[in-house]
Amino acid sequence: MATYHLQTPFSEQDMRQLKIGDIVFFDGTLFGIRDLTQIYIFDQNHEPPVSLAGFPIIHTAPSLRKVGDKWEKICVGTTTSTRMDRFTPPLIEKYGVRAVIGKGGQYQQSLDAMQKFGGVYLAIVGGAASLETELIEEVEEVFWEHLHPEALYKFRVKDFGPLTVAMDSHGGHRYFEVKAEAERRLPEIYQKLGVA
Amino acid sequence: MVDFDYNIVEEAAKQTYIKALTDLPPDVRQALHRAYERESQPAAKEIFQAMFKAIEIADNKKTLVCQDTGLPIYIMKVGGDFPWNGAEIKKRLVEGASRATLEFPFRGSSTHILTRINPQNSVGHGLPVIYWDFVEGSDTLEMLMIPKGSGSENMSTMKMFIPADGKAALKKFVLDAYIASGSNPCPPGIIGVGIGGTADLVMRLAKEAIARPVGQRSEDPEIAEMEVELEEAINATGIGPMGLGGDISTLAVHIEWAYTHITQNPVAVNTQCWPARRARATIHPDGKVEYGF
Ligand code: SF4
Repeated sequence: MATYHLQTPFSEQDMRQLKIGDIVFFDGTLFGIRDLTQIYIFDQNHEPPVSLAGFPIIHTAPSLRKVGDKWEKICVGTTTSTRMDRFTPPLIEKYGVRAVIGKGGQYQQSLDAMQKFGGVYLAIVGGAASLETELIEEVEEVFWEHLHPEALYKFRVKDFGPLTVAMDSHGGHRYFEVKAEAERRLPEIYQKLGVA
Repeated sequence: MVDFDYNIVEEAAKQTYIKALTDLPPDVRQALHRAYERESQPAAKEIFQAMFKAIEIADNKKTLVCQDTGLPIYIMKVGGDFPWNGAEIKKRLVEGASRATLEFPFRGSSTHILTRINPQNSVGHGLPVIYWDFVEGSDTLEMLMIPKGSGSENMSTMKMFIPADGKAALKKFVLDAYIASGSNPCPPGIIGVGIGGTADLVMRLAKEAIARPVGQRSEDPEIAEMEVELEEAINATGIGPMGLGGDISTLAVHIEWAYTHITQNPVAVNTQCWPARRARATIHPDGKVEYGF
């Protein structure tokens, strides 16, 4: 396991060096998106008003408050990524997104896109919203406000992590691996439990 | 009946909801620290450290540990000598949960089943979930509040086995349910298991099991032994913190049980996440309230 401190935008090389099980922290720009944001982009054909190329995205519906015309953070947590699997390949291929941050991981099609274009899936610690909120320095912009809390958010973050590399650009998938290992151990566990 | 001020109940319902979301119980904190000590994989240890930081930030800033404010559950124990009007208490629990949401303020998570409209007050038809029990020889009203997030609640499962399936089927069911839930319930948390009763009671027992302080063993020695066995089995899977691999996959397995029908052998699993949130208020007849876990 290696620990990396990165800076956005990420290059292909930044991503290619990461292997599942590594830990990442990063500084810079992070875009928040969710189910509705991506339905708006891909199913309803709205072009993002800002370039996502080289940046990480996070699956979130943040709790924010608008004071004047500035948005302030209240509580930003992360949701389960499996629901949004079909959006990841085009996010990577068409918009150049380098890293997807969420919990629970995604499936083969996303893994294939990461392998092909040089991307990763970074698993955040679920349930630790207080920490995540603290690491967001500023909500710089909210695009498509009418979609809030599932709009497109531009956050500036510092030391954002720890994030575990759960899917890498070499075909590695940490959740699949952990599950396969559990299944390998299962017969012995059953036996010890007296249920074999 | 003495004149009891029910505003006290409403205030306690509000305060326990907020306390549960912002201040994790000491037994949960200690269990996470013990887990950190026992964990051997560096990446998994890093995850525990993030959890400790999240708890500390919530302590210092009085903010939510997790963004999912859940559905409110109130487990009520009414002393036989408590001067109570149940209907009024029920009304005040609804009000208190709603006021916590609006006045803190935090995101409401309740929604209509068909329109999917969220009233942003954590309640609505049929909510909060309220359990009532009655205690002889006590003059207090005890309120245990649990906000139940969806990541863990969605992993709930139950099965009506038959007597011929025996104890082995129950144990296998719990272990298989844990493996199937993977990273979803934000492990390592508490695995609540209900055994016996009817279909509805067995799930309620599993829910009461996650309400116990972490690691408090069943009073029944045979059941306590099953808890230990299941804990060891689950930790042996290597699924680990956040399902990313490690030695610690659960903080504890708790089992609650009841007698069942001669032809039945029901089991239920209800999982609680690593931020195993709960808060307690003990209300005395003179209006004094003590808060705890
Ligand atoms: S599973 Fe639990 S800890 Fe994880 S996000 Fe949901 S409520 Fe929070």
